[in-house]
Amino acid sequence: MTDATTDLATGPITTNDGRPLKEALAASLAVRRRRAFLLVAPLFLFILISFIIPIGQMLGKSIYNDGFSSHAPALAAWFDAHPAGSAIDESAYVALRDDLVAMKKDKTAGEAGTRINYDISGTRSLFTAAARGAEKMQPPYMDAFLKLDKKWGDPNVWRAMRSASSPFTMDFYLAANDLKRNEDGKIVSVGEGQAVYKKLMLRTLVLSLEITAICLLIGFPIAHLLATLPMRKAMLLMIFVLLPFWTSLLVRTTAWMVLLQQQGVLNDLMVWLGIIGDDGRVQMIYNQMGTIIAMTHILLPFTILPLYSVMKTIPPSYVRAARSLGATSWTAFRRVYVPQTLPGVGAGGLLVFILAMGYYITPALVGGADGQMISNLIAFHMQKSLNWSLAAALAAQLLAVVLIFFWIYDRLVGIDKMKLG
Amino acid sequence: MTATTTDEGFVVFDHVQKSYDGETLVVKDLNLSIAKGEFLTMLGPSGSGKTTCLMMLAGFETATNGRILLDGTNINELPPHKRGIGMVFQNYALFPHMTVAENLSFPLEVRGMGKSEREAKVMRALDMVQMGKFAHRRPAQMSGGQQQRVALARALVFDPALVLMDEPLGALDKQLREHMQFEIKHLHDSLGLTVVYVTHDQGEALTMSDRVAVFNDGRIQQLAPPDELYERPKNSFVAQFIGENNKLPGIVEELDGEKCLVRLATGEIIDATPVNIRHKGQETLVSIRPERVEFKPEMMPPGAHMIDAEVLEVIYMGDIFRTRMKVAGSTDFVMKSRNTIGQTKLHPGQHVKIGWHPADARALDPM
Ligand SMILES: Nc1ncnc2c1ncn2[C@@H]1O[C@H](COP(=O)(O)OP(=O)(O)OP(=O)(O)O)[C@@H](O)[C@H]1O
Ligand SMILES: [Mg+2]
Repeated sequence: MTDATTDLATGPITTNDGRPLKEALAASLAVRRRRAFLLVAPLFLFILISFIIPIGQMLGKSIYNDGFSSHAPALAAWFDAHPAGSAIDESAYVALRDDLVAMKKDKTAGEAGTRINYDISGTRSLFTAAARGAEKMQPPYMDAFLKLDKKWGDPNVWRAMRSASSPFTMDFYLAANDLKRNEDGKIVSVGEGQAVYKKLMLRTLVLSLEITAICLLIGFPIAHLLATLPMRKAMLLMIFVLLPFWTSLLVRTTAWMVLLQQQGVLNDLMVWLGIIGDDGRVQMIYNQMGTIIAMTHILLPFTILPLYSVMKTIPPSYVRAARSLGATSWTAFRRVYVPQTLPGVGAGGLLVFILAMGYYITPALVGGADGQMISNLIAFHMQKSLNWSLAAALAAQLLAVVLIFFWIYDRLVGIDKMKLG
Repeated sequence: MTATTTDEGFVVFDHVQKSYDGETLVVKDLNLSIAKGEFLTMLGPSGSGKTTCLMMLAGFETATNGRILLDGTNINELPPHKRGIGMVFQNYALFPHMTVAENLSFPLEVRGMGKSEREAKVMRALDMVQMGKFAHRRPAQMSGGQQQRVALARALVFDPALVLMDEPLGALDKQLREHMQFEIKHLHDSLGLTVVYVTHDQGEALTMSDRVAVFNDGRIQQLAPPDELYERPKNSFVAQFIGENNKLPGIVEELDGEKCLVRLATGEIIDATPVNIRHKGQETLVSIRPERVEFKPEMMPPGAHMIDAEVLEVIYMGDIFRTRMKVAGSTDFVMKSRNTIGQTKLHPGQHVKIGWHPADARALDPM
């Protein structure tokens, strides 16, 4: 209102000494903004160095791998001159020999072979062996190579080399989705026996959703109890809730083993109670059930804490009001109490889901073969097979799935409604 | 001390006791009968058990002992949602995830009322509190006073015969509070509601109620219409709790039915009306309202004892003068005199004689 009147009277508002008000305001805020920036700068730098840059690099690896291309310039030139589908003639083998000779000198044959090995397993030795004999090879090279190893005539190997001769590639994303290129460069799915990643991704998704649902189901009443109990008792209960955080991983794993294995406490108890027969003991560890039980256990606090902090702020008068207005306790709970806990449910659920999607140690320890999640495979490619590019592609896909869920959550609930504590 | 209980009242507390911890009684032997259409206020200091009584009536707390009757039936075992009692909470308790209209519609929905009927009733209730324009707002988008009106409308929308209000105006500023007092009173009259109202604002209690129950220490100290409560408090607690009051300690010198003489600490004798005095020689606390104290001899009733007073301070308050004096050794004796034309001006240090009608000096228990 005051704005309107000033505008009418004098046009743009100025300060007493005639500067435009906006400018004066910006100048007066600049100092404060600079100080605020300096305060967060260390954190920003830390996040940049320890988080954003490594993740960026990692993601970069999923589409960029110069393990072969940087050591095979001659082949790269040949592939450039001859489009896909051209016959592999003597000139190609000449280029191959030139590169192998160079590789031998620089001791990089293994690295180049590893890159091709990602696509066609068992080809690393092909390169190391050929590099050793390349210098002494006599033309025609085609025959010489074929004599050395029949595989050098395999169109698949040549297709792999063509694809690896450019450092930028989508091959790892294809692999992460159980796809590959055939000899003609067409995208086809890998054989039945080799398809693992999509299944594992799906399993990770389903397990994560299951764990989130169980956590919410178990966590909701506990959080409610925590929020309504007198302080002293609530604190005692809270200690039990937080206990998994305070015990070391080894102790926890051992405890699960003792509890869950076929000859374990839980099975003994069920047999003793007559729920199951002695021959019907349930295997509850080293399988999916083990993963679900252990991960629910460890992730439960992440649902309880946000729920608790939301429930703590809901005064009992709301439910009372609903009851006085004629609602049964169930209706009051459902229509008045639960809707007000939704920010906590959303925050807790999302947190657990995201954590579960990336969980790695627990499934590795108690998951057995069918309780493994996608992260375990990422870890495998990081540490064992050393196929970092594939690991990066899988991780990027995992990140994408999480972001999609985040987006869905934002559309359904609104991220601004989330309350973490 | 306690009202006689009849089973005829619309709401009856019959020897009700309440303890939360099994060690102390928060409500000690409450007997109260509320007539249909009555506006009854529970007034008392913090922690005196007012909310507890209300909660027992609404069904959120169970009476440890005794009966609570509503319209002749014992409701001790009846769950809150079956009692059909409207309730206004101090913090309004409007459901934050529902609009105003949805809030009001809630009690009708749970009663299984049809949509069109619901909408009509909601609009009528909102218009009743002049909030028709706000039907689609959320509680967070309204001021305290507006929320208060909505809460009131919600408590009334399902036509309850009995409405409970627990300090409903506590969070409002003075002007708004006075306005809402008037509106609530108006609704009470026009709808013929029975209202049980809790407050610790004595002004509110006096202006709104048909009867006021003064609570202290888990007991009703006095149950009376406002004027009687103010003018004829039954004991020292009520006298002190309601309105400003002068207290003069002394010994009962003579006791004669409707009148007594009290010898004050400094030896002066004053006239008083015995209220809960049992025998001569008893210690007592004489209570006198400041506006009933006179210093002009012509205003005094014939035969009344006068007493010396020294003016300590005169405060000009516009419509009245508030004069603090030293009387019978106590230095916080207050006299209020109207600011009329020709009113005698007093000055600090002046010595005057003051007095009062014996009916206005009430000799009470010494607490
Ligand atoms: N849920 C409870 N558990 C234990 N003690 C309680 C509970 N609610 C109230 N009390 C105790 O009962 C006594 C009376 O409380 P109540 O709330 O009825 O007082 P009140 O008259 O409404 O006070 P106020 O004017 O402050 O609202 C207090 O001493 C209080 O500590
Ligand atoms: Mg109270």
